[in-house]
Amino acid sequence: MTKVHASSPRLARRHLALAVAAATGLGLASSAMAQDAISDGEVRIGYLADMSGTYRDLAGPGGLEALKMAVEDFGGEVAGAPIEVFSADDRNSADVGANTVRGWVDQQNVDLVAGMVASSVSIAVTKVLEEAGGLAIISGSAASSITNEHCTPNHIHYVYDTYPLANGTAKAVVEQGGDSWFMLTADYAFGHALESDVEKVVTDNGGTIIDRVRHPFPTSDFSSYILQAQGSGAKIVGLANAGSDTVNAIKTASQFGLTQSGQQLAGLLIFLNDVHAMGLETTQGLLLTTGWYWDMDDESREWAERYFERVGKMPTMVQAGIYSSTTQYLKALEDAGTDDPATVRAKLGEAPINDFFARNGQIREDGRMVHDMYLAEVKAPADSEGEWDLYEIQATIPAEEAYRPLSESSCKLVN
Amino acid sequence: MTMIFGVPLAVFMGQLMLGLINGAFYALLSLGLAVIFGLLKIVNFAHGAQYMLGAFAALLGAQYLGINYWLALLLVPLVVGAFGALLERLVLRRIAHLDHLYGLLLTFGLALIFEGSLINLFGVSGASYPIPEALSGGIKLPFMFLPTYRGWVLVAALVVCLGTWFIIERTRLGAYLRAGTENPALMQAFGVNVPLLVTLTYGFGVALAAFAGVLAAPLYPVSPTMGSSLLIVVFAVVVIGGMGSILGAILTGLAMGLIEGLTKVYYPEAANTVIFLVMIMVLMLRPAGLFGKEA
Repeated sequence: MTKVHASSPRLARRHLALAVAAATGLGLASSAMAQDAISDGEVRIGYLADMSGTYRDLAGPGGLEALKMAVEDFGGEVAGAPIEVFSADDRNSADVGANTVRGWVDQQNVDLVAGMVASSVSIAVTKVLEEAGGLAIISGSAASSITNEHCTPNHIHYVYDTYPLANGTAKAVVEQGGDSWFMLTADYAFGHALESDVEKVVTDNGGTIIDRVRHPFPTSDFSSYILQAQGSGAKIVGLANAGSDTVNAIKTASQFGLTQSGQQLAGLLIFLNDVHAMGLETTQGLLLTTGWYWDMDDESREWAERYFERVGKMPTMVQAGIYSSTTQYLKALEDAGTDDPATVRAKLGEAPINDFFARNGQIREDGRMVHDMYLAEVKAPADSEGEWDLYEIQATIPAEEAYRPLSESSCKLVN
Repeated sequence: MTMIFGVPLAVFMGQLMLGLINGAFYALLSLGLAVIFGLLKIVNFAHGAQYMLGAFAALLGAQYLGINYWLALLLVPLVVGAFGALLERLVLRRIAHLDHLYGLLLTFGLALIFEGSLINLFGVSGASYPIPEALSGGIKLPFMFLPTYRGWVLVAALVVCLGTWFIIERTRLGAYLRAGTENPALMQAFGVNVPLLVTLTYGFGVALAAFAGVLAAPLYPVSPTMGSSLLIVVFAVVVIGGMGSILGAILTGLAMGLIEGLTKVYYPEAANTVIFLVMIMVLMLRPAGLFGKEA
């Protein structure tokens, strides 16, 4: 919006012509608006993600493509207003992310911030949105604290979080006899959240945490930590990290013969692209929890194949979630007839979500979208029928069991 | 069990060994930087990217041309080194007469271009390079299980480091190099082709980085960003050792590997910062670096 503030009569005279021109321009623009309820006559979606660093492949440019697919499939406009998509690289920096989003909200009047991967970035961004007013749907981040102590009325956490990761993988591992754990944790918000969620699940199920190491993010050489894990005597080495850190840790563990010496790895957050990069030889038999897998059923396959044609890779759960959440947002906006964040947010929580991505999905008052999660096992090379045939789904974890119950929530929005 | 500061002796020894192996990488990379800075006075910010190019060349060579590890260890440094020499001839030479800062900016820009193009082509997840058959498996040392390949990295890196030191400090060619550093105009007057010497030196420095890249390929996922995080540490090593000091770069590289390794046991949260703390202390006490000559 252009506004001309005149601080003195002289200044006002000097800018009189400009002011008149601006006012006329605005008048024309607003009369040309298709829908008064849509601010600026346009719905603006800003996509914020790591586009060049360690988390690029799990969301990154592929997620932006998924977002654009959702917009195109919706017809390119909503409630009579065209949809515009912005994107920016947060470089995994909370400062960069927060400043970008502040600019988007203040200057460009962005209606929805989508994507978002590193949990530290998401927490910083949602604080900005809470102050400035706005809405975010977080698809990439993992920390369960995002809808717990860091919850705001201005964001939704869509795809997964550390609670079901711990609840799915750690519980299954403890039940199979892996009752003593050594935690290898990424030293930032996400790692800490995952570590504490895992420790709770392990101890609740009768296991013990023998020791833990917190490594800097990101780390390329894990040999020292793997050696410490070997020395600990724990049955299970839990990897509370993600992306290239997890890949490096698993590779190093296999070189140091960690599994041959009787220990077992539990990767707590592993994405499809990680397994693809490491290969089945290294990862076979690994248990993991995922919010979605492209080869789950006909609906998911159909969407994944359309995505594959555009991007050349199969989508991760995050990329699929970005498509699904954007579509849900646009539907809610259309139903509400306005892009006012609070109204759309309320609308989003009204109906259950069932699409190619989410089963038994529901957005709760704390902003958590709960839906069915899946326990998967990485296939052996002999059982895989193609480059992307990587997981075998072993069990479904029902939505109401997977996520932290509201009764345990410390979110300020939950009474 | 014997304990050292609350850590079993075996674990302690194992960590020292791993620190030494990482130190060998630091030594190899900082050596290349020191050689380049010594003669060209260029702060080569493309060094990390050239290390990454070495690893990528090995990976792509194996995938598309069927070049095995041993051949790659020989060929890749030659190819990437020749590419470096070409860069010197075509790009770096044009700014040789300007302030060091321009060389730094130019090489930094080149590094971003290399990384960015490869990210666009291959993404950041990277790919695995298999450990060569002859070096797979491990050796059971009294205090640890040492993967054979890591032992090999230590030996290979040390041999190349000492070989480089020998050439520069103990041979006629090395004497030319050092004289060219001191007074290029006088060397030119004696009939030595100094511009050629400069091109070859830069190429050699780049070849060292590429060699380190091939050594690293089986250990870490080969990805376009593998060099950038390492580069900053290696610069700190060079600053601690003293810019341009050959032996300083080698010894400091090994020492920093050890210090970092021990930090990973006693206070892992600081593992990425400890080298910079050492750097700050050294800069305060001996601004020219541990092995540098006071200007």
